[in-house]
Amino acid sequence: MKILVPFKRVADPENANKVKVTGAKIETAGLEWKPNPFDEYAIEAALRLTENGTNTKARLGEVTVVTFGPAECDQTLRGALATGADKAIRVDATDDQLDGVIVARALAKIVEQVKPDLVVMGKQTVDSDSNQVGQYLAEFLGWPQITFAISVKNDGGPALEVVRVGDGGVQKVKVTLPAVITVEDRIVNSASVQSAPTPATHKYQDGVRFAPLPAIMQAKKKPLEVKKLADLGIDTTPAVKYQSYEPPPARKAGVKVKTVQELVDKLKNEAKVL
Amino acid sequence: MADILVVAEIVEGQVKKATLSAITFAREASKALGGGFDILAIGLGVEKLAGELGAFGAKKVLVADDAGVKDYVTERFAPVVAAAGKAYGVVVMTATTNGKDLAPRVAAKLNAGYAPDITGFKGDGGKLVYKRPMYAGNAFGWMTVETPIQVVSVRQTDFAPAEPSGGASAVEKVAVSADKAAEQVQFLAFEMVKSERPDLAEAKVVVSGGRSIKEKFMDVLAPLADTLGAAIGASRAACDAGYAPVELQVGQTGKVVAPQLYIAVGISGAIQHLAGMKGSKTIVAINKDPEAPIFQVADYGLVQDLFTAIPELTTAVKAAKG
Ligand SMILES: Cc1cc2nc3c(=O)[nH]c(=O)nc-3n(C[C@H](O)[C@H](O)[C@H](O)COP(=O)(O)OP(=O)(O)OC[C@H]3O[C@@H](n4cnc5c(N)ncnc54)[C@H](O)[C@@H]3O)c2cc1C
Ligand SMILES: Nc1ncnc2c1ncn2[C@@H]1O[C@H](COP(=O)(O)O)[C@@H](O)[C@H]1O
Repeated sequence: MKILVPFKRVADPENANKVKVTGAKIETAGLEWKPNPFDEYAIEAALRLTENGTNTKARLGEVTVVTFGPAECDQTLRGALATGADKAIRVDATDDQLDGVIVARALAKIVEQVKPDLVVMGKQTVDSDSNQVGQYLAEFLGWPQITFAISVKNDGGPALEVVRVGDGGVQKVKVTLPAVITVEDRIVNSASVQSAPTPATHKYQDGVRFAPLPAIMQAKKKPLEVKKLADLGIDTTPAVKYQSYEPPPARKAGVKVKTVQELVDKLKNEAKVL
Repeated sequence: MADILVVAEIVEGQVKKATLSAITFAREASKALGGGFDILAIGLGVEKLAGELGAFGAKKVLVADDAGVKDYVTERFAPVVAAAGKAYGVVVMTATTNGKDLAPRVAAKLNAGYAPDITGFKGDGGKLVYKRPMYAGNAFGWMTVETPIQVVSVRQTDFAPAEPSGGASAVEKVAVSADKAAEQVQFLAFEMVKSERPDLAEAKVVVSGGRSIKEKFMDVLAPLADTLGAAIGASRAACDAGYAPVELQVGQTGKVVAPQLYIAVGISGAIQHLAGMKGSKTIVAINKDPEAPIFQVADYGLVQDLFTAIPELTTAVKAAKG
């Protein structure tokens, strides 16, 4: 199976509360670039689908990662190659040239070129929190979309069995490829993803895999192709415009209570919520 | 045309309350645009709901009642919304799981830009400027959609549920058609989580627990929740460990809640968790670590072991409620 994983680098999500919000922009200076966590989950899922879980060295398919961004993204791509992805593509662009619709249009072109059977991607980037690119992409390709996936199983046939989060419960669907799947964090739980040759009893470690040192060296030799956004021949008119930004309303500092009884008194008489 | 179309969120034959927040947005936004709004209901048997949906002042309730849309499949719902949505200036969905799945797909069909998960808006000379959270709620952006049709999803917690205004909208049936891609999707099952407790997104009180409660998660929290008539929520760590069902996760990745009272029990207060509950009116934190970040957003903090505090609190609340 050939899988394409779109991948974005974001300002360190563990420190998102340190962004400086001025009227004109969101300043992330001082924060380290990190891979978007959901994209790391997507790569892990793609790797599991293209290997036998009991022998992760033998690749059964191919995982290509693609990012849209400036040259410093190459480092994040190398990181993805080190964890096991086979090929990387960077489409050179600055963040202000991009919005979700433009990224989706550009991704549709990359799909034409790479010809994957499946696109696996994060459900959202944790900077814009937009949660839109996968759905736009699926429509542009005319492919089905399975969003918010928490489990993917491949029994060797042309279809995948996917469990996704729905409103008030979970939904189980069978999807015939090609398709776009967007993933939740739970896709990296130990038994969430299963390729055809992986025994049903196999349990992965929870979470994403880390690259061993030799793999980091080997990743330098894996193919990383750089393309130009302009060469993709897509409409790059922005569909949306951000006018201004503001910080969240500050919460008034609260008080510490000493006893359960004091808490209940305050909830009843002060907050009046009991 | 500047009219607005609201797509109702219907699960298992019931109009979800998130729809009423979307209607509130549509009512206010249609004033700013100088037009009206219509409501679209999709699903098998939804014609029955036309009366209920027609009491909010919509000009029309459009009904796509057909066996083809019995179960929620994006490739069956999106073409119906897009076909109806062509005639409107703004197409509005709920920022629920299905709404977030559907809205961008509909936008792509309509060559439209999308304002996801909006928490507010202002009318600026006949144009809508939308407010939306970014960076896990650590920043808000004000944005415009620059395409002829705009697609929006509305965050339930930030728009009060609409009250019926009386009257009855005209009902109009619309045809359904599916995308070719729908043939690739076979719906197998929907496992609804049945619970006697109120829906997390709709509850006035939420009691949420973290991973530190371990296997006793429900045993510890249920008596308190039941005493308060509360929904139960959980941190991601508690869900990941299997102590709480996944649907109860509160946060950037889970549900966004804004109840009157949110009680965080043994939750550290990671920014991704705060993203889902910071809008609550009153926040209580119970944690044995006085330095836990959750205390920075809590109105009332209690530094205690939860295993003694929660049973005591349950008894005290019972007594206080008389
Ligand atoms: C991309 C991404 C998305 C995420 N999305 C979410 C999300 O939507 N929701 C979410 O919740 N998290 C989310 N997280 C995870 C988040 O970063 C935290 O890991 C998680 O919220 C921690 O859960 P916790 O508070 O239960 O556990 P911990 O951080 O381990 O905290 C346990 C707390 O319990 C206290 N404690 C322990 N024992 C007791 C006791 N006996 N009595 C009282 N207090 C006690 C400790 O002092 C501590 O503060 C996300 C992370 C990432 C990377
Ligand atoms: N600049 C980008 N480069 C590569 N992939 C991206 C980019 N922006 C968004 N994506 C992909 O789209 C997904 C959803 O992002 P969003 O819709 O922006 O929340 C992400 O998880 C990525 O897989």
